[in-house]
Amino acid sequence: MNEFSSAIGAALSMIVTFDAAIVEIVLLSLRVSLSAVAIASVVALPLGALIALQHFPGRRAVVILLNALMGLPPVVVGLMVYLLLSRAGPLGPMGLLFTPTAMVIAQSIIVLPIIAALSRQTIADLHEEYDEHLRSLGCTPIQSVATLLWDGRFRLLTAIMAGFGRAIAEVGAVIIVGGNIQHATRVMTTTIALETSKGNLALALGLGLILVTLALGVNATALVISDAARQRYG
Amino acid sequence: MPPDRPDEHPLLPLVARGLTFGINGRRIIKDVSFWIGSSGRTVILGPNGAGKSVMLRLCHGLLEPTGGEIRWGELSVSQAREQQAMASQHPVLLRRTVKGNLLHVLSVKGVARSERPALVDAALERAGLAGLGARAARTLSGGQQQRLAIARALVLRPKVLLLDEPTTNLDPAAVRGVEELIGVIGAAGTKILMTTHDIAQARRLAADVMFLNDGRLLEHAPAAEFFAAPKDPVAAGFLAGELPG
Ligand SMILES: Nc1ncnc2c1ncn2[C@@H]1O[C@H](COP(=O)(O)OP(=O)(O)O)[C@@H](O)[C@H]1O
Ligand SMILES: [Mg+2]
Repeated sequence: MNEFSSAIGAALSMIVTFDAAIVEIVLLSLRVSLSAVAIASVVALPLGALIALQHFPGRRAVVILLNALMGLPPVVVGLMVYLLLSRAGPLGPMGLLFTPTAMVIAQSIIVLPIIAALSRQTIADLHEEYDEHLRSLGCTPIQSVATLLWDGRFRLLTAIMAGFGRAIAEVGAVIIVGGNIQHATRVMTTTIALETSKGNLALALGLGLILVTLALGVNATALVISDAARQRYG
Repeated sequence: MPPDRPDEHPLLPLVARGLTFGINGRRIIKDVSFWIGSSGRTVILGPNGAGKSVMLRLCHGLLEPTGGEIRWGELSVSQAREQQAMASQHPVLLRRTVKGNLLHVLSVKGVARSERPALVDAALERAGLAGLGARAARTLSGGQQQRLAIARALVLRPKVLLLDEPTTNLDPAAVRGVEELIGVIGAAGTKILMTTHDIAQARRLAADVMFLNDGRLLEHAPAAEFFAAPKDPVAAGFLAGELPG
């Protein structure tokens, strides 16, 4: 118990003094996860819109697959990306394994289905409601999509934030493709996972506090945004 | 059919021949033919479920007929739609401000940016919504939402306005407001084709009445004739059922 409370004290003092080790790790975490979410969004938002609006054979199956992929286990994604990037793998010569880039790739794959599935649902719902009005106006496909994206912007933002929440808290993939190398690929989750077993409780707890705050903060903000938008625009 | 001469209106006469619409093997509009030449207000009257909304959607080209055809003057339905606007029974208001809803229409139709504010203000003024421009559209009252839907339809000065039960679920004051607005628009030369199940409203607004029941057009006559002495027995029964006493 004593060890525990002194660890908390040490953790808090590391946070308030902006301890260099903590700052480095937090910044890398943010850089990796924000990059992954940005890359995934660029693909997932148009993909979600396309699947929501375009009729094609097998669309139902694609929607089911996309929703199923939201539950993709990060460790398995990590393993796949590892195999791709390892020396013997097809992308081995690029030398990306155990770099932040490898971690961004893995996290992009994990959050892409989340953002795509949520945005598909948002756009499909809006489309069902707006379709007749947009056709009455004689909207071109581009005008229709622009209208749906704009009116769905808060819900789409929520989808992106859900993706970020998943990425920042994920450990299974980044530990495999990043390797938790000091000053290179250490992020909050991998540091917590490995430093705890080494007895470095202060660092693990400090990062844990920051991670919890970030994860809860992102979820709370998403809820506040969507509530405010619903109140403001109905 | 009233054999009056078509007025000077680019989209008239509206002619339907053998119009049929079915879905899932069920026929909803059954072999309907009519000829509307006058630019006065035409009211499609009938009980709930008669097929009024489907009929209006067919005329506006939101549904494809399974049989027969519709023409607006020289134009096909899809050509004519560019000069029409429709406000549906449950108006679909965008998740934007009142002004934002009107601006959206103007931008879709490619109206020059510099002309938009004046058109928006004029439409709001006409619909009695001046001062509400900054409100979120979906937070308006039912009557205000209906009037916004009509204002949005009007902002482009369409040649034809299609209104599907524009006053259902409104309180009497709101009904009066919307009916007055419809009167003004019609008087300004816009052809109005609207539906209602409300006999009193049809009496107040119609120049001619189309009585629709179970997907069939049972009677089409000038309003004065129709209300004085309906020729169709079902129409007579419908009118009688609503009379007091
Ligand atoms: N999309 C649809 N699919 C199946 N049935 C429909 C559809 N639209 C309307 N109907 C049916 O067609 C009939 C006429 O509907 P509607 O035109 O809405 O009636 P009204 O507007 O006169 O009350 C109703 O029985 C309704 O259930
Ligand atoms: Mg109806």
